[in-house]
Amino acid sequence: MDNLIHNITLVIVFAPLVGALSTGLFCRKISKGLTFAITIGLMTLAFGLSVYLAKLVIFDGYTSNEIVYTWVKSGTFQFNVGFLVDKLTVLMLLTVNFVSLMVHVYSIGYMEGDKGIVRFFSYISGFTFAMLMLVTANNFFQLFFGWEGVGLVSYLLIGFWFNRPTANFGSLKAFVVNRVGDFGFILAIAAILNYFGTIDYAQVFALAPQMAANNVTMSIIGGTHSSVISVIGILLLIGAMGKSAQVPLHVWLPESMEGPTPISALIHAATMVTAGIFMICRMSPIIEYSQVTLSLILVIGATGALFTGLVGIVQHDIKRVVAYSTLSQLGYMMAALGASAYAAGMFHLMTHAAFKALLFLAAGSVIIAMHHEQDMRNMGGLRKYMPITYITFLIGALSLAAIPPFAGFFSKDAIIEAVKTATIAGSDYAYICVLIGSFVTATYIFRAFFLTFHGKERMSDKLKQQLHETKFVVTGPLMALAIPAIFLGMLIIKPILYPNGFSLLGKSIFVLPQHNVLASMGEEFHGVLAMVNHSVQTLPFWFAVSGIFVTWLCYNRFPELPAKIVKRFGIFYNILVMKYGFDDFNQIVIVRGGHRVAQWLYQVTDSEFIDDTFVNGSGRVVNAVSIAMRQLQSGYLYHYAFAMIVGLVAFLVWLIF
Amino acid sequence: MLTNYFPILVFIAIGIAVGGGLIIFSRLIAPNKPNAEKLSPYECGFPAFEDARLPFDVRYYLVAILFILFDLETAFFVPWAVVLHKIGLYGFLSMMVFLLILVVGFIYEWKKGALEWE
Amino acid sequence: MPVQVPDLTPAVPQIYVLIMTCVTLLVSLFASKKHSAWTYILSQLTLLGAIVLTLLYFHHKSQVTFHGNMIVDHVSMLLTIFICAITFFVLLYSRDYIKQHKMPNTEYHVLVLFSTLGMMILVSSYSFVSIYVGLELFTLPLYALIALRRDSAVYSEAAMKYFVMGAIASGMLLYGLSMIYGATGSVQIAEVVKVISALPSSQHLIILFGLVFVIAGVAFKLGAVPFHMWVPDVYDGSPNTVTLMIATGPKIAAFGLVIRLLAETMPDVQLAWSHALMLIAVLSIGLGNIVAIVQSNIKRMLAYSSIAQMGYMLLGVIAGTANGYAAAMFYVLIYSLMSLAAFGLVAMLSRDGIDIQHIEDLRGLNERNPWLAFMMLIVMFSMAGIPPLAGFMAKIGVLEAVIAVGHVWLAAVALLFAIVGAYYYIRVVKVMYFDDPLQSTRIDLPTGDMRVALTVNGLSVLALGIFPGILMSLCQAAF
Repeated sequence: MDNLIHNITLVIVFAPLVGALSTGLFCRKISKGLTFAITIGLMTLAFGLSVYLAKLVIFDGYTSNEIVYTWVKSGTFQFNVGFLVDKLTVLMLLTVNFVSLMVHVYSIGYMEGDKGIVRFFSYISGFTFAMLMLVTANNFFQLFFGWEGVGLVSYLLIGFWFNRPTANFGSLKAFVVNRVGDFGFILAIAAILNYFGTIDYAQVFALAPQMAANNVTMSIIGGTHSSVISVIGILLLIGAMGKSAQVPLHVWLPESMEGPTPISALIHAATMVTAGIFMICRMSPIIEYSQVTLSLILVIGATGALFTGLVGIVQHDIKRVVAYSTLSQLGYMMAALGASAYAAGMFHLMTHAAFKALLFLAAGSVIIAMHHEQDMRNMGGLRKYMPITYITFLIGALSLAAIPPFAGFFSKDAIIEAVKTATIAGSDYAYICVLIGSFVTATYIFRAFFLTFHGKERMSDKLKQQLHETKFVVTGPLMALAIPAIFLGMLIIKPILYPNGFSLLGKSIFVLPQHNVLASMGEEFHGVLAMVNHSVQTLPFWFAVSGIFVTWLCYNRFPELPAKIVKRFGIFYNILVMKYGFDDFNQIVIVRGGHRVAQWLYQVTDSEFIDDTFVNGSGRVVNAVSIAMRQLQSGYLYHYAFAMIVGLVAFLVWLIF
Repeated sequence: MLTNYFPILVFIAIGIAVGGGLIIFSRLIAPNKPNAEKLSPYECGFPAFEDARLPFDVRYYLVAILFILFDLETAFFVPWAVVLHKIGLYGFLSMMVFLLILVVGFIYEWKKGALEWE
Repeated sequence: MPVQVPDLTPAVPQIYVLIMTCVTLLVSLFASKKHSAWTYILSQLTLLGAIVLTLLYFHHKSQVTFHGNMIVDHVSMLLTIFICAITFFVLLYSRDYIKQHKMPNTEYHVLVLFSTLGMMILVSSYSFVSIYVGLELFTLPLYALIALRRDSAVYSEAAMKYFVMGAIASGMLLYGLSMIYGATGSVQIAEVVKVISALPSSQHLIILFGLVFVIAGVAFKLGAVPFHMWVPDVYDGSPNTVTLMIATGPKIAAFGLVIRLLAETMPDVQLAWSHALMLIAVLSIGLGNIVAIVQSNIKRMLAYSSIAQMGYMLLGVIAGTANGYAAAMFYVLIYSLMSLAAFGLVAMLSRDGIDIQHIEDLRGLNERNPWLAFMMLIVMFSMAGIPPLAGFMAKIGVLEAVIAVGHVWLAAVALLFAIVGAYYYIRVVKVMYFDDPLQSTRIDLPTGDMRVALTVNGLSVLALGIFPGILMSLCQAAF
């Protein structure tokens, strides 16, 4: 059975790679139809097999942890390619492959007519491969490979329209900010290799309790002692912060919306950004032993959940609203992890993947219909023209705003409850953040909803005549995604959060008993219906409903109200429009300051000192030596023979005396 | 063990002594009064017709080399023939293989026309 | 007492090659001009057959036969497979060149086959006599190959130089071997090892004396400083495909020689020979890399590069550990693959009046044929030791081996010169990609199978860099 799982995983992971390579290498020769057939065929295969794998692993309870190939062996260190297939992996496989398949299909319609469509398909298949490598890894090395792989493809995809300056800027920003996170991550791997002597998950996790019990410390700055586990945990967190766009490394995500919309849906909502969440879950056997790290995760997550949501309220670009919503939801997931409710984080990750992909694709559908107009101030009243998009967007919005019984309700409610129950440092602050966050969430998403689909039709007359519902390849995935956006939550809440016998995560996640908030919450869980009924008496529900009501007032009933509010609270509005000044700070301090330092380094140290003295200097010396030495090669046979004899005699003298 | 080689050393020493000694000795005691006539090449009383270093046909070298090549096999054959009764069929066949390879070389040389003078 | 018949089964590949070579010679001698393709086909069948026969025997453990004169172990089998495979590519690459330059078809193929046979014998020989026979069998045809076109003064000069120098080196080697024979009373390696380890160290003097001569002979075959002088002149002065032949297989065979004569015969005086090799390696790496920089002729540049590369390979041998030998073996196999592609490209592009002589002749190759330029780029980067190519893995291996035995300074020197070396490799890339071509016409390899072969060759360098595991573990299993 191990062998079967192993082989299936191999096919699942490498099918997208085959698709990416075959279409990417022949992108000038291959036809569009063939590209669709190859990539979508292989993705379907991968998805189908992951469903079968899910049956094997989740229902039949098999797991597998095997090495496929030893890449390099250096001393006692081994760098392997191997697959760890357990329940966590399988959940990620399902999510990634499902969303990826949907995006492949949707892109046929969205990217129609684009000259680089073959390249585009090659990229997204390549992305899927990297992501699958990441989630199936059984060691840190492969994890890092997938981690960097998704980063690279994300860079390529954000800058897909490389003749737009904003896209280039966005891709560069995403890349650079991710480097910061990756730096932390690679330091974490180095620390693990150094202190654990291995980078294999199973061995590292087995050693972690001992490491924590012995309270092994390291000295980072002379004289100080920091717990190794905490240092590793925090470094891992920094890595996760980069990829999962947590404050303050979140600045790249809004810019990434410059890429094509399917990419925003695939990478920057449903899959890549969840890599950090997944990674922390996977690392739970390490993280659990560090209180500091848990608190830090909780505070950072909760902060992000509230404050990035607030920025979403003042955005005009429909995709940016959804992007800020992603930031905020990622904050929720992080907060769940901080509260040791890893399962709740994973749960929200899955429901979020469904409803956020839905929202993005619906937004994309609007954008197609509006002929690539993204500013909501030029929309309005679209519900008449695009009923399917309207309804699916509404479903997504309700799910996001955590209105029962939509999927988002179950997961978000669990997170808020978990944070409330948690007792570690910072949990009170976090609870307030996530609670207010639920009001904010409802506000920004319904603002976008009312501005787009209700109210006055603000677009030009010419455009208005061309408005119609988009094609089936676009609406099809919308409808397909709407189903999990409604039902996913109620279906899996029990097995994933409060398993009693049948469990979706099983032993793949480790929680210390004293942190186990889900266990105490499970005692009060009496089934889906009871939870829905009960929700009417809880704070988060009323926060969300009041959010919807307020936006209805502002944007549907009294459309002149927002302008007045802005006038009254100008300072707050400006702070939000400036996004708390993160971008300006980066631009002024880091970019411009860095530029100045670099300029100085370049002119003084590099070009004068290093280049002239060392590089060119040593070059000149080597060249001179070289010219002198080539004279030895005279071309005369007797010189050569003489050299040999001299050499021989020299060796004789040296070795014998 | 090295003492076994002592006679050889003596032999070498005597060789050098005799050879070198004669040259040195003649240099020391022989009268030496050269003139142009004495140093000119001598050919039956006539002045020399041509230079002593005659170029001769390069094909001769080819024949000479081929001769040496096939002549050398004799060097193997004689000891082989002497012990043939001791080394049996295996020894016989080994030499046949050697001969066969040599024959292949011979066929090549023949076919290439190396044996024809013109 | 009848002589015992030795077990011939381990020697089947060698016997097969010998028979097939004779058959090839006779067939092509009597075939008409029209059927000259048969020579090529038979030769290639010979080499493929040898590979298959060796592979069939590969599961066996080490075996000594021919009264202790021959050994068939994983070292010899792995080297044999690579020698045959590389010679296969050499013949494939040179088919068109022979035609274009009117070289005698029969002699070319038969000489190459005989030389291959010599290398096969050399790598699996287990006594001084068979080593010497193998050595001569593999070098003598090479001299003839160089001078195959007798009317060319350049080729004759190169052949003459190679021959005279080679004769001196063989003489030294033979002298060293007879010295060791004199001291130990045996020519069989298994015996010699026993005698040397039983000798008190006060009597090591004569062994050391012989050792120095042996090292000189071995270093000559490798083309290592100070016995390297022939390398640039011979590489430069030989026909391109013969250079290709000299620069690939014989390096593997010479590695076999090093293993048999130094590692296996004299583990007891390892300290002495590793000191000598250390000097040779450092000098080779230094001189090779530095002098290569000023070369404008691509063959000379590659010649100096080979001197340096052999220095790197020796690092693994110096370590004197099983890991070190494995790393050196990996290095030499990878090097011969890279060298095959580089010289092969040069040989195959030289046709129809275009002669690739100088690095400048590759100007703008990227515009004239991007795929070939890319293959060359892979090879150059790999030779420079840039990850993730095979050359990088090979360098890592030998450096790790010397560091493991504590010679950190050696690794540091090697690294330093690798940086110097990167300059001239990358210059080729720069010329191919950033300089304007002199002519804009498309340039291509003569036939489809050559294009495929070169692609396989180039990509294997890439593949072995990304997946070095299989070959590396084979090398490690051999020691």
